[in-house]
Amino acid sequence: MKAEINEQALLKGLANNDTKAIEAIYKMNFNMVQNFVINNNGSYDEARDIFQEAMIALYEKAQSESFVLTCKINTYVYSICRRLWLKRLQQLGKYHNQIDSLEETVQVEEDLEIHEKRNADFEIMERAMGSLGEPCKGLLEGYYVKKMDMQALAKEFGYTNADNAKNQKYKCLMRLKKLFFAQYNIGE
Amino acid sequence: MNNMNEDVLMLQAIERYLDGSMLPDEKAYFEQLRKNTPEIDQMVVEHSMFLHQMDAFTNRVHFKHDLHQIHSKLLLQGDINEGGETNFKGKVIQLYQRYKRDIAIAASAGGVIALVISGIISYFTPAVNNSKLQQLSVDIASIKMNQQVQGSIINEVKSKLPANASLISGGSGFLIDGKGYIITNAHVLKGNSAIVVNNEGQEFKADIVVMDAKKDLALLKINDDDFKVVKSLPFSIDKSNADLGEEIFTLGYPRDDNTLTYIQGSLSAQSGFHGDTLSYQIQTNSNPGNSGGPVLNKNGEVIGILSSRQTQADGVTFAIKSKNIYSFIEEYRDIDTTIRKIKLSQTTSLKGKARENQVKKVEGFVYSVKAYNKAK
Repeated sequence: MKAEINEQALLKGLANNDTKAIEAIYKMNFNMVQNFVINNNGSYDEARDIFQEAMIALYEKAQSESFVLTCKINTYVYSICRRLWLKRLQQLGKYHNQIDSLEETVQVEEDLEIHEKRNADFEIMERAMGSLGEPCKGLLEGYYVKKMDMQALAKEFGYTNADNAKNQKYKCLMRLKKLFFAQYNIGE
Repeated sequence: MNNMNEDVLMLQAIERYLDGSMLPDEKAYFEQLRKNTPEIDQMVVEHSMFLHQMDAFTNRVHFKHDLHQIHSKLLLQGDINEGGETNFKGKVIQLYQRYKRDIAIAASAGGVIALVISGIISYFTPAVNNSKLQQLSVDIASIKMNQQVQGSIINEVKSKLPANASLISGGSGFLIDGKGYIITNAHVLKGNSAIVVNNEGQEFKADIVVMDAKKDLALLKINDDDFKVVKSLPFSIDKSNADLGEEIFTLGYPRDDNTLTYIQGSLSAQSGFHGDTLSYQIQTNSNPGNSGGPVLNKNGEVIGILSSRQTQADGVTFAIKSKNIYSFIEEYRDIDTTIRKIKLSQTTSLKGKARENQVKKVEGFVYSVKAYNKAK
């Protein structure tokens, strides 16, 4: 159906970091999720957190090679949020019963497992980065996260030339790898 | 120290190998080295995996940043709202902005990808409308036939959905005042504009007058020359609490093909989910799309608005008590002068009639509500 092609275009945009597509999906789904969380004992902040986590799950799913979405975007986002929120409620011991609007849902258990694994990986990397110390952290963030070139990095960190900065970057990378894998392999 | 430098050189080589910047000879040599040295092979695998993790990490950092920015932007524009419910003025402004502004997928995109995407969207969106039109045209064709048989004038009927709009959500709603005021659930309206369709498939443009997510109620006003004011509605809006065990029925549009559907049930509790005293619990099998439909008792009094169901139990549905319509109208009467003119129907002409006849009388006043986003 044509409507699906439209949604496919949005998902493609999402996977390619196109802000317009991300914004469109955000706008189309946020209120639905907010209503659901608020109506189920949640706060505005919690609604935002849950929704953004679902957006991350959808984004990373959309980027995976084997990506297919067999339902509409809003059904998927709603289903993810519903599971995430009910789980959160359970953790908080708030209540076990659940209520929702008359929305369709789909099975998302498997996707959530993958998402949780990605969350764990992200946290390990974040922790590893955090315990690196400066200038290593700044150097690697500059190179990998901010995508600066070696010339600019050398200048910013005060290295005499790009080669030295590059050399230093590799040394930092090795430390980061060590920190990362120390945690990562425990998790396995 | 020397060892450290060797490691750096090796890492450098591996990175160049992985990003494909090695020369053919060098690459062949390196691959041979991989084959003969399990340690190096392992390093390559490990590093490739690590770089993948780094990628995922940086992507997520960027994406989180984007999400925060979009959130702030949408808050500022009034597209989303976080707890501004104490300020009615704010609500009006928010609603006003809803109409005024267009969705962000305009052709003014920056990147090439963005341009391509918005191109695809504006190219395909009318087609969404078309598919709806096709469904409608079946109904319209049969109406035309009837009209021809009766020899009356045939109006040219076109969909009132703007050509560039995309349907987002839908449900049911019903008239509470013959002047064209329709009540529905707030969660039914996810877009910024709405049209309503009656049981004969006739479409009317409608304005969203008030939306209250907390009460989960929304008020629409039909704003369309084709709409004929109804002098008196056959049903009344009940002010008091309904009785336990009372037999009830609801009408709504749970199906894609815009068919009005009748469901029967009974009132099973005076309170809703988790003791919510603003709602009733009813025993009936509701479906998505029933949201916003009227719940009537055997006298033809509207006792509630169907709103939600419990996911873990079959047939447990909740309805917002009809007396909330009174407090809802009262609460918002100051923010919109048209709300003050609303007179909720107080008398029912359905008392003592057979169910089929009651349904026949009511069906013309239950609408399918379709929400869409206006886009230019």
